[in-house]
Amino acid sequence: MHVKAVVMPNKYSDSMSLMALSTKVNELPIVVSAMIGMGTDLNKQVIEEVGLSTPETEKATSRDQIVVVQCATEADCDTAIEQVETLRSQGAVAAAETSYRTSRQAYAQEPDASLAIISVPGQYAADEARTALSAGRNVLVFSDNVTVEDELDIKRQAHDAGLLVMGPDCGTAIINGTGLCFANAVSRGSIGVVAASGTGSQELSVRIDALGSGISQLVGVGGRDLSEAIGGIMMLDAMRMLAADPQTSVVVLLSKPPAAVVAERVLEAAAALSKPVVVCFIGAPAPSDALTNVTFTATSRDAALAAVALQTGEPVRTVAPSFDVDTAAVRAEWHAGQSDIRGLFCGGTVCDEVFHVLKGQFPDRTRSNVAKDPAFQLAQGAASTGHVLIDLGADEYTQGRPHPMIDPTIRNAEIVKAASDPATAVIVLDVELGFGSHPDPAGAAVPAISEARKIAADAGRPLEFVAYVLGTDRDPQNKSAQVTKLTDLGVRVVDDVIELATLSLEMTR
Amino acid sequence: MTTDLFTTDLAVVNVGLASFQSDIEAQGSRAVQVDWSPPRDYSPEVRAALAALAQPDVAERIRVANEEVVKRIIDAHPVLVGFGQAIDVVPGMTKNTILHAGPPIEWKDMCGAMRGAVTGAIVFEGLAENIAEAEEVAANGGVVFSPCHEHDCVGSMAGVTSASMYMHIVKNAVHGNVAYTNLSEQLAKILRMGANDQSVIDRLVWMRDVFGPMLKQSMELAGEIDLRSMLAQALHMGDEDHNRNIAGTLLLFQSLAPFMLQTDFTMKQKQEVFEFIQSSDYFSGPTWMAVSKCALDAAHGVPDSTVVTTMCRNGTDFGIRVAGFEGFRWFTGPAQQVIGPMMAGYKPEDSGLDIGDSAITETFGIGGFAMAAAPAIVPLVGGTVDDAMNYSKDMLAITTTVNPNLTIPVLNFRGLATGIDVVKVLETGELPIINTAIAHKDAGIGMIGAGLVNPPFEVFEKAVIALAESIAG
Repeated sequence: MHVKAVVMPNKYSDSMSLMALSTKVNELPIVVSAMIGMGTDLNKQVIEEVGLSTPETEKATSRDQIVVVQCATEADCDTAIEQVETLRSQGAVAAAETSYRTSRQAYAQEPDASLAIISVPGQYAADEARTALSAGRNVLVFSDNVTVEDELDIKRQAHDAGLLVMGPDCGTAIINGTGLCFANAVSRGSIGVVAASGTGSQELSVRIDALGSGISQLVGVGGRDLSEAIGGIMMLDAMRMLAADPQTSVVVLLSKPPAAVVAERVLEAAAALSKPVVVCFIGAPAPSDALTNVTFTATSRDAALAAVALQTGEPVRTVAPSFDVDTAAVRAEWHAGQSDIRGLFCGGTVCDEVFHVLKGQFPDRTRSNVAKDPAFQLAQGAASTGHVLIDLGADEYTQGRPHPMIDPTIRNAEIVKAASDPATAVIVLDVELGFGSHPDPAGAAVPAISEARKIAADAGRPLEFVAYVLGTDRDPQNKSAQVTKLTDLGVRVVDDVIELATLSLEMTR
Repeated sequence: MTTDLFTTDLAVVNVGLASFQSDIEAQGSRAVQVDWSPPRDYSPEVRAALAALAQPDVAERIRVANEEVVKRIIDAHPVLVGFGQAIDVVPGMTKNTILHAGPPIEWKDMCGAMRGAVTGAIVFEGLAENIAEAEEVAANGGVVFSPCHEHDCVGSMAGVTSASMYMHIVKNAVHGNVAYTNLSEQLAKILRMGANDQSVIDRLVWMRDVFGPMLKQSMELAGEIDLRSMLAQALHMGDEDHNRNIAGTLLLFQSLAPFMLQTDFTMKQKQEVFEFIQSSDYFSGPTWMAVSKCALDAAHGVPDSTVVTTMCRNGTDFGIRVAGFEGFRWFTGPAQQVIGPMMAGYKPEDSGLDIGDSAITETFGIGGFAMAAAPAIVPLVGGTVDDAMNYSKDMLAITTTVNPNLTIPVLNFRGLATGIDVVKVLETGELPIINTAIAHKDAGIGMIGAGLVNPPFEVFEKAVIALAESIAG
């Protein structure tokens, strides 16, 4: 067995593309194992742990790129390293016509750019945000791993300068009709959204679109904006910006339940806003005191319905189930002990919404890594029992690997694992479309679904899949085409997040 | 509270993942890409120095000083006024002085190519019978070593310049200062690359007795030749004028030829000279170095300036000078390995380290900084045409302004990136790009390739600490 490393000095690539490249290189038949990454301490530690450390890799700095491969022969190593460059060029996004080496240079040359999108490694993101704010630009920080202190600091700086900071860890925004990062292609309209939740805001925008309305602006503020430490600085500022925006007639606020003191502040501002406000603190009950000007909802679906009603002036519509399944017939087929729902999610908020519905009905049997209450948390390392819902985009699953919305590897493995468990009755999946997502996320799940079906069939068990495709037909992946890929495999495809929960429950009740 | 974001057309500066940029463009909005890479980790001293220089009042003084420096660089108008023997024209030249490229260096620290050139020059000047004896002379103080730069000169590769060699005389028509440089020995087994056998010495003798005197007489007839205009034209004709000089050489030869024909040399000698010039495109290479030196020297010695006025290498050390420090304060660090295509039969491990005063061209804004003007250079120095374009764009990040007198057509006639700023180099972590020839690491062999190289960060780190002491101290 041979290990060969090449260290390319001063050659930076973002971790997302390097992780994707590593995956491709590891799939080469001649490669036993391979790792491509910047020479950060973390990566060097990983390389050491998998036994690929060499004197060259140890000397690499965080500005140097490491390519290290393990193959049967030295010649294979050389071939593999050559292949890396071929694979890299295949995956490369065509270079932008105008590109700069530093952001300062870009701000100097592009006085009309109103927004900076920052997706650099977390430890550098705050400095980049400060540079952008100092240059008078609004900022979207896609990067995660930004400290709370830095977040507070940049948000204060932005607030004082009358600028917006979206994020950190903001994956979705729609500004003036242009979808940013993981946004979906939805209609332009007059509903303005401020969201502290990525897939939640995607779902909300897609629902509003499906109901025939559209989005004026969708501002993501980052999952921590409504924490006590940050105090909702940007949600409050964004609300005021939407109040002043002539395109916006209704404002929707979306978040996981915030810190009580922040919730109070946000609701107070919402009550005083010049436009009607729909508030959805996912899963949270409406406050006992009715608020003027504020419609309180518990799910993204209800938030969308309420906002569309306010915008059109029509009554709130009711939603008929999108599925037509003889659930009694399904239930009759289960083997003894086959009763569990296994949710394997790419979207955190999707997982969260399904969790709230299941928990409401089966508090004793429902567990999830998104649960705030430790009583509902998954026991680390313990075997899964009952209804288990996993957000595979959570930090513990994305350390050193791409998000499951981009790379299907981890979810595919989990699908196969869940199918092997005789207790599993229904596997619940979400498929997120949109600009930044995998180009064919449904297709990427097909092999795992087929393998899972085979495992169940070999064991003589039935197995059901329930899936939801979050997106529109205008998304690059095309929703209808994605749905077909799933229904062709007998997957029951529902039409919103809440139905993932309701159909699964009806099939296992 | 601003509503600009919602009321103006969306335009995005995308710092990081390139797919976000293309997704935005696909939707019909404008987005520019920043090809971000992590900043360097600096020592506390360097960070403190950068912070000191960033204080608003200090930064304003620096801005004013740097503006003056780049104004002088841009306004400088170098013209060729003659050729003459070093002993007659170069300030401080003596019969046993050996000028060399780069910052100061002693014989014991010189690399192979430099030693080869020094000993060859000692034999050429008759200060020793042979190379072995010349090594004794060099080691025992028989000659005085001094950097070309400290004598208003620049020297290509080893830059070895001795008393009887013929020099270009380039005068700055605006500021009055003069710069000198040796004649091209053409390529490749030559003194400045470290070769020193009899063929090398014989060529130097011919250059001293025929080539140099003919050029001198030609310029006595011509008066002066406008080198700045000629350089501007050469850039438009696809030169970058450090390693690709074909247009510059044709233009210079075209100007000189009528006067060369009028000199009182024999037809055979004239034919030899014409054939010698024809033998390599590099004939005008040193000329553009002298042009660069002439412009940059005019800008040196402006208090509070952080602009680099010299980058040079002696094969062991890389040295820079900064406009804010009058005279010869050198900031040095180790010379780096040049990466690029090797001539047949040689491997990268045969390479000597980065050498020569020719990085004066990049300091001025041509050479590596102007590679967008010269896509045809790519096969010589390596990389792709896109790389070449990007180098010229990237250098804007570390320079003060652009030079409207010298432009690059393919960049919409954008001027050369001008006035490398020590502070910007450190802030951006972007190093100046230099394209250059590779000499063999051993004495006596010569040129074995060409490629690309950067200065070591260390020289800028040392400079910024000194600048903070001097400007903000």
